[in-house]
Amino acid sequence: MNYPVVKGASYILVHAEDMVIHNGTTQSTERVINPDSEYLKKLPNHLRSFDEAVNYLPNQVYIGNYKPEDLKNQQQPWYQNPLKDADRFGKFGEMMPEDEFIGLIKIVDVFDLVKLTKEFTEEVKAKLEVHPLIKGREDLISRLKTGDELSDIEKLIDEQGAEPLITGGNTVGCVKRAHDVDENLSAHVLFENLVSKASGVLAGLNLIAKNDINPDDVEYVIECSEEACGDMNQRGGGNFAKAIAEMVGLKNATGSDTRGFCAAPTHALIVAASLVQSGAFKNVVVLAGGSTAKLGMNGKNHVEKDMPILEDVIGGFAVLVSENDGVNPILRTDLIGRHTVGTGSSPQAVMSALVTAPLDKGNLKITDIDKYSVEMQNPDVTKPAGAGDVPTANYKMIGALGVMRKDLERAEINDFIGKHGMEGWAPTQGHIPSGVPYLGFAREDMLEDKIQRAMIVGKGSLFLGRMTNLFDGVSIVVEKNPGKADEEKGVSEEEVRKLVAEAMRDFASHLLQD
Amino acid sequence: MENQKRVKDLTEKYGAENMIVLIGGAEAEAAGLAAETVTAGDPTFAGPLAGVQLGLRVYHAVEPEFKESVNPDVYDEQIGMMEMVLDVDEIVEEVKGIREEYGKFND
Repeated sequence: MNYPVVKGASYILVHAEDMVIHNGTTQSTERVINPDSEYLKKLPNHLRSFDEAVNYLPNQVYIGNYKPEDLKNQQQPWYQNPLKDADRFGKFGEMMPEDEFIGLIKIVDVFDLVKLTKEFTEEVKAKLEVHPLIKGREDLISRLKTGDELSDIEKLIDEQGAEPLITGGNTVGCVKRAHDVDENLSAHVLFENLVSKASGVLAGLNLIAKNDINPDDVEYVIECSEEACGDMNQRGGGNFAKAIAEMVGLKNATGSDTRGFCAAPTHALIVAASLVQSGAFKNVVVLAGGSTAKLGMNGKNHVEKDMPILEDVIGGFAVLVSENDGVNPILRTDLIGRHTVGTGSSPQAVMSALVTAPLDKGNLKITDIDKYSVEMQNPDVTKPAGAGDVPTANYKMIGALGVMRKDLERAEINDFIGKHGMEGWAPTQGHIPSGVPYLGFAREDMLEDKIQRAMIVGKGSLFLGRMTNLFDGVSIVVEKNPGKADEEKGVSEEEVRKLVAEAMRDFASHLLQD
Repeated sequence: MENQKRVKDLTEKYGAENMIVLIGGAEAEAAGLAAETVTAGDPTFAGPLAGVQLGLRVYHAVEPEFKESVNPDVYDEQIGMMEMVLDVDEIVEEVKGIREEYGKFND
C-alpha cells in the first residue's frame, strides 16, 4: 500500500507570564469568587521569568533541543534542576517571550481589533525585525503599524469592554470587542481566538523553516485546537485553518478545522493521512495553537506546595503529511484504533480499542511497538496537583494488556514501561500533550534507524461539552519507511542476476560450439 | 454529590440490608473515602450523606469477595487489566478496614 509519510514536525511554546495572572481561568474564576484570596496575592511571586522557562528541561525537550530520554537522566522534579544557558530556539521550533508574542497577536489580527501603544510597537518591532523567521517577512512586520496612544487604549478598556494586553506588569495594548451584544465577538473570546491563531501561525512558520518545506506545495491545512470562532449565528463556524494558512503564507492551501477535545490532533492526523493516501491532496498540514485559559490551571496546588507555576506556557505544533517519498516514516492507515460508541467506558475496554485492536490488525505484539506516545503530560505539573504521572499510568495499562495477551510476563511490566514508555514533557494544554508531541522525535528516530514503530494515541473527554458522556480516542501506528529505494534495488539485483545467467549461457554455448 | 444522593434515595427505597455498594476508585485513599461515605457518612460533610450512618455493605471491584462471586471470564474482560495496574493490596486493606469498622452488616 502506498502509505503517506510524516515529512516534518514543529513544536513551539510561548512564555506568557502575565497571561497566567490575567487570562488563566483558574485565576479569573478566583478573582470573581474570592478577589482577596491568599492565592491571588501569592501568585505573582511564583511566576517564572522567560529565562527560567527556557532553562526548564521539559520545555527544551518540547522544542527539540533535548530528547525524551534525557528526562530519565535528570531527577524529578525537574524544576529543581534547571539547565544553564539553554537556547530559546530549538531543532523543532522555539520558545517565544510574551512581548514578541503580543506583537505577533497584532500581526495576525486582520480586523484592527488589536491596539498596541506606540512605545511598545517600536520596542516589539525592533525585536521581531531580528527574529530569524519573521525578519524577512516585511508583509508580517508592516502589519504592526505605528501604534496608538496609551490613553486611547485605556479608554477602550475602561469604557468599551476591551481586553487589556499586559506584559511586564504594564498595559501595552488591548483587544477590542467586535460587537456590542454578541458574546461570541466579545473582547475576551476574540483575545483567546487570536492567541490560538497567533500560536498556530508560529507553529506553521517553524514547520516551514525547520523542515525545508516549500510553502507553495501545501494544499490543505487541518487545524485541531480546542477553540471556537464565529459569531452568534454560527458560534464555532470556524476555519482557523485558513486564517492561519494565510498568515504563514501557504497561498495554495485551503483547509478546515477538526474538533475532538484532546483527541483532535490524532483525529486530524488520521484525516490528513487519508486525504494524502486517497490522492485528494499531496501535502496536508495538521496544526494547532494553544490556549490562555489553561494557563495556571493547577496553580493553586503549585502555589500551595511552594513551587513555581509551571503552566506558564502556551503550546503549539504543526505536522506535514505528504505522499510517500520512500524515506520518511509512514502512517499505517490500516493500523488505526478507535473508541467507538459501543466500546464502553471501562479502562480496559478503552485501552483495548485504542492499543490492541490496531495491533491485531497487523498481527503485531504489544512489544512490537517501540514507543507508545500517549498523553505526554509533564508529571512535574500533574503530580503536585494530585493527578499522578499520566504517561506512566497509561504505560502500566498497556503493559497489563500485554500480560493479558501473553505478549509479556507480569514481572516484565516495569521493564516494558522503561523500554516502550517515555517520561512526559508536554505542557498541560489539552490537545497539545495528546499523542503528537513524540511525532518529531519518532520521525528522527526512524530516519536514524533507532526504532521501527511507534503508536500515537489521542484520548479526549467529551463530557466537558455536555453533549455526550461517551469517552473518545483514536490511535495510529507510525512505521519506519521500508523505502522505495529498496524495492528498486531488489528489481535491479534480479536484473543483474538475469544478465549474468544470460552471459553464462552464452559463454557455455560458445564453449559447446567450439 | 449526585452519587451520594442516589445511594441515599435507593437505601430509603429498598432498605439498607438489601444494598451493596460496589466502588471502583483507582487508589486506596479515594476508595476509602467512598467506602466511608456510605458507611460512617460523608467525612467531608459536604453531601447528602453528611452525618448519615448507613453502614452499607461496601466492596471494591478488586476485592476477592466480589471477584469470586462473578463469572471469571467477565471479570477478566472488564477488570483484569486494572487489577494488574492498581495497588490491589492497599485498596483491599483500606476498604476492608472501613467495612469492618463502620459496616452494620458484617456477614
